[in-house]
Amino acid sequence: MDGFIHQIISGIASGGIYASVALALVMIYQATHHVNFAQGEMAMFSTYIALTLIQAGLPYWAAFCITVPVSFVIGALIQRVVMEPLSKAPVLASVGVFIGLLLTFNSVAGWIFTYTLKPFPTPFGEGKPLFGGFVSRHELGSTAITLVVLLSIWAFFRFTKLGLAMRAAAFNPVSSRLVGVPVARMLALGWGLAAGIGAIAGMMVAPVIFLDPNMMAGVLLYAFAGALLGGITNPLGAVIGGFIVGIIENLGGAYVVGTELKLTTALFIIVVVLTVKPAGLFGKTLVSRV
Amino acid sequence: MQFFTSRAFPWLFLAAAVVLPLLFASDYRLFQLTMVVVYSIAVLGLNLLTGYNGQVSLGNGAFYAIGAYTTAILMDKLGLPYWATLPFSAVICAGVGFLIGLPALRLGGMYLALTTFALAVATPQLLKYKAFENYTGGVQGVVLDKPDAPFGLPLSQDQWLYLFCLAVGALLFALAMNLVRGRIGRAMRAIRDQPLAAEAMGIDIAMFKTRTFALSAMFTGVAGSLGAITIQFVAPDAFGVPLSLTFFVGMVVGGGASIGGAVMGALFIQFIPNIADEISKAAPGAVYGLLLIAFMFLLPGGLASLIRILSGKKRTA
Repeated sequence: MDGFIHQIISGIASGGIYASVALALVMIYQATHHVNFAQGEMAMFSTYIALTLIQAGLPYWAAFCITVPVSFVIGALIQRVVMEPLSKAPVLASVGVFIGLLLTFNSVAGWIFTYTLKPFPTPFGEGKPLFGGFVSRHELGSTAITLVVLLSIWAFFRFTKLGLAMRAAAFNPVSSRLVGVPVARMLALGWGLAAGIGAIAGMMVAPVIFLDPNMMAGVLLYAFAGALLGGITNPLGAVIGGFIVGIIENLGGAYVVGTELKLTTALFIIVVVLTVKPAGLFGKTLVSRV
Repeated sequence: MQFFTSRAFPWLFLAAAVVLPLLFASDYRLFQLTMVVVYSIAVLGLNLLTGYNGQVSLGNGAFYAIGAYTTAILMDKLGLPYWATLPFSAVICAGVGFLIGLPALRLGGMYLALTTFALAVATPQLLKYKAFENYTGGVQGVVLDKPDAPFGLPLSQDQWLYLFCLAVGALLFALAMNLVRGRIGRAMRAIRDQPLAAEAMGIDIAMFKTRTFALSAMFTGVAGSLGAITIQFVAPDAFGVPLSLTFFVGMVVGGGASIGGAVMGALFIQFIPNIADEISKAAPGAVYGLLLIAFMFLLPGGLASLIRILSGKKRTA
């Protein structure tokens, strides 16, 4: 029983990270109907930036506070320079560019920072596990950070004028432009936010799985699964989906399929959701006008 | 430039491909050229699916793996000769492709790319899975023997293998060429460009899409079989995301909706990484990544469209 509770709790901890990346994916999907295959690699790259800053002698939180805005700028730049000109191009072109970005980030990271596994510090201390040994300090801390991020993103979209403008630009670009919302800038902002969220997720997951250029491949896959499970049209759904996938992954890995088939679990979830209920648990069914 | 688009060109190219390497190439070069043939079949499979039919697949490496393992298991466990494993691998891969094509029908564009990407990520894990270890050899994989030239032909093993792969490749290329030039090819392109209009004209979209998937899987699977025989070794980690993305890069660089583009794409993915590798271990990935982006912006039809533009021929595919 103890083991079971422990699996659920670490499932929630990793689920929080999947939820963040899933949220980043959904933000870009909502605005452009693109699934950003490079999201994971962008997060990995941001994590390397953080590690470089920490190794240069900065305290953890200072590095954290620099990395997030830097990632934001990188994300917004990519949108402006690479994605914007292709916004009307066919699916193959955007998939090609995303895969191109994925490969570029991956190999540039390998080039600059080498392919060896690197430990990444946790800001929450090593110390003894809390609450009767069920939760490690890092799990508790990273889940808290994730929840803070998710809540502030929600509040941003719900209560600020800028958030409203971003939602409008994603929902109906043409009408938004007519009422004076700078749609292109909103898209860049969305990409920047997604990159920032990804950076935080990367820094939270790196102490657990170690940092290397291929670190995020699995995380990205789980985030896909989470976003689809919750409904890729619904940010809250994607977050819930991310948590569910984290729990399924841990329980499945511990009791059903073993750790060797963990990634296959994600594939299985993706295929089942897309064939049985393509809209996800909380998404709205898309109807295309003929 | 008109020469490249003339009807005689494929025959001359084939003749040159048969004769020149046998006369001039060293064993190692022959091995590389054999892999070019193998890759060109795999890229052709992806061209049919993505270039002609518009279904973006990032997971064709999985079919390549199934083909390779079918051949390896049949040769290693059942002692079949290498050539006899190809029909099995074609049938099995076509079947698997058809089955995967069924759920893929419900997935438009991006979702299909995403699902096949997940398939590519999961493939090595599935191949390593303990339940199949008796057949697949688990992490260690399977080692195969290199075939000798039959009937006492005065050819080295590498020369014979090259000719064998070339013959299979020529057959498959002829098949694909005839297919895309006829009614079926028109239907495939119509589904890619205007699905609604295609359906209104009586084209059974579901049937064409699933069968194109099966066809693509068959081509890629046969390529996998030939690849396994050529490399004489199969192991799970060779069939991960990088392999699938390599095919994707080959397709984009060569030109998706083009038969000859598959050969150019294969030459590219065989030789460019070797050259880039000398600069840095990370360089092939960077070259692939930057070129993908550059091609999408500057030459979305790949090298094949460049030749078409230079020879002043109107785009028909």
